[in-house]
Amino acid sequence: MSRDVAVLGAGMHPWGKWGRGFVEYGLAAARAALADAGIAWPDVQYVAGAGTIRNGYPGFIAGATFAQALGWSGARVSSSYAACASGAQAIGSARAQILAGLCDVALVVGADAAPKGFFRPVGGDRPDDPDWLRFRLLGATNPLYFALYARRRMAVHGATPDDFAAVKVKNARHGLANPNARYRKEVTPADVRESAVVADPLRLLDICATSDGGAALVLTSMDFARRHGVTDPVRVSALSTVTPTFPKTVLDLPDFATDSALTAAEPGRPFRSAIADAAYEEAGIGPDDLSLAEVYDLSTALELDWYEDIGLCEPGGAEELLRSGATALGGRIPVNPSGGLASFGEAIPAQAIAQLCELTWQLRGQAGGRQVEDARTGIAVTQGLFGHGSAVIAIR
Amino acid sequence: MRTTKERRPAIEGWFTSGDGGVRLLGTRCASCGTPYFPRNELACRNPRCTGPKDGSELEPHTLSARGRIWSYADARYRPPPPYVSPDPFVPYAVAAVELEAERMVVLGQVAPGHTVDDLAVGMEVELTEGTLYEDGEAEYTVWMWRPVR
Repeated sequence: MSRDVAVLGAGMHPWGKWGRGFVEYGLAAARAALADAGIAWPDVQYVAGAGTIRNGYPGFIAGATFAQALGWSGARVSSSYAACASGAQAIGSARAQILAGLCDVALVVGADAAPKGFFRPVGGDRPDDPDWLRFRLLGATNPLYFALYARRRMAVHGATPDDFAAVKVKNARHGLANPNARYRKEVTPADVRESAVVADPLRLLDICATSDGGAALVLTSMDFARRHGVTDPVRVSALSTVTPTFPKTVLDLPDFATDSALTAAEPGRPFRSAIADAAYEEAGIGPDDLSLAEVYDLSTALELDWYEDIGLCEPGGAEELLRSGATALGGRIPVNPSGGLASFGEAIPAQAIAQLCELTWQLRGQAGGRQVEDARTGIAVTQGLFGHGSAVIAIR
Repeated sequence: MRTTKERRPAIEGWFTSGDGGVRLLGTRCASCGTPYFPRNELACRNPRCTGPKDGSELEPHTLSARGRIWSYADARYRPPPPYVSPDPFVPYAVAAVELEAERMVVLGQVAPGHTVDDLAVGMEVELTEGTLYEDGEAEYTVWMWRPVR
């Protein structure tokens, strides 16, 4: 039995700092995805919302919030929160409903309105919440964790600040051709080098911003797509949201410590690698089959870690792969042709959905000036705090 | 005349600073030997542990006071609350330190006076106690790492 679902529609509200509510961004994205699919809202049977924790109750129950904004239609609903993987869990929820035969047409929506500056824990004194405690006792912001990973990469694999800057320069160039990107401006290595140090060794232009934005997808069964007249849709062929395996020995937000590796063997693959591997196994493909990848570049340095985690090269090979030009548009395996988080900034629950929008447009050949030639297969990956992550594989 | 303020831990039960020096207070599974920091009192999380997993297997455990830097970074901008920052903001470094005996990595701020220029991956560091913030009544302290002299 095929475990594919069809992506019939993709839509986004541009990323930025617009100063309006997240519902508006999600609604605009949903309408765009429905129009792209040629599906009327009342024909949607299932709405999967990706939650936001920074916009009060409507954000927690995002699926219902978007369903109400579109006009109550009796559709079934779910809302998922999974940090940076929230959007992927919403896609996963819709996919499971379709594959179980419980519905034919599902709408997936995620949107956020982000505060300025550092993300902070949600309000109130909560001394039992590790996310509150890491700010209180360590002053450990998200960029500080990214900086720890970056420094580790410099020490172990010889990465340099120039390598990190080259990632930003590449992604900024990709983002120039993306009308949904927030930053559409060439960046030079000197721009990165001269930007302020936020968390040594990372500078302002190494670290992704926080953004407003919205993204949506119309997913259907393969049978429905055929009946709808789409014989060769982009298909989701795998979706992994695996959790870490004990002992998790890679430091993760918001942890104070890793698990101890004293009494149990370390897993064969570290967490991020395991996320992608589970998707490859489900799709029955490997990294050599990819035409492109969208990876979660919370920092420039983290994009290099991802090259290895998704199998584009061996551990320690990312700098050479980057320097070879293979991961730039026109190279062997373009990474973040959308411009990535470097060009978007992070609108948390919308991000994994936006990644699949990009894969969809790339595989349809509709990506304009950032089109990857003859794109057939793509992977999109995220990692979020508290043991979340996702990998989605789309093929055509 | 400046009076010496009372020193209080910023959090109870995470570290001690008695005669034996500054030590992190964790727990350890009596069945399989897995150490935890911060304290885990719910149940051993090692899936292969055959202990009762009702918390009775977890006993207090003091962690190593020295380790080697796994990685380090600093904060050049004021973090948001609940971090309590002096005004003006004072940058600080944070180290992730690998404890050999426990085979785990533990984060901590680096003691004031040390910047990232004084640190290196692999460098040996030890625990100390430092002031995290203060108010009219007291100085609130936390565990910190510092290079071994």
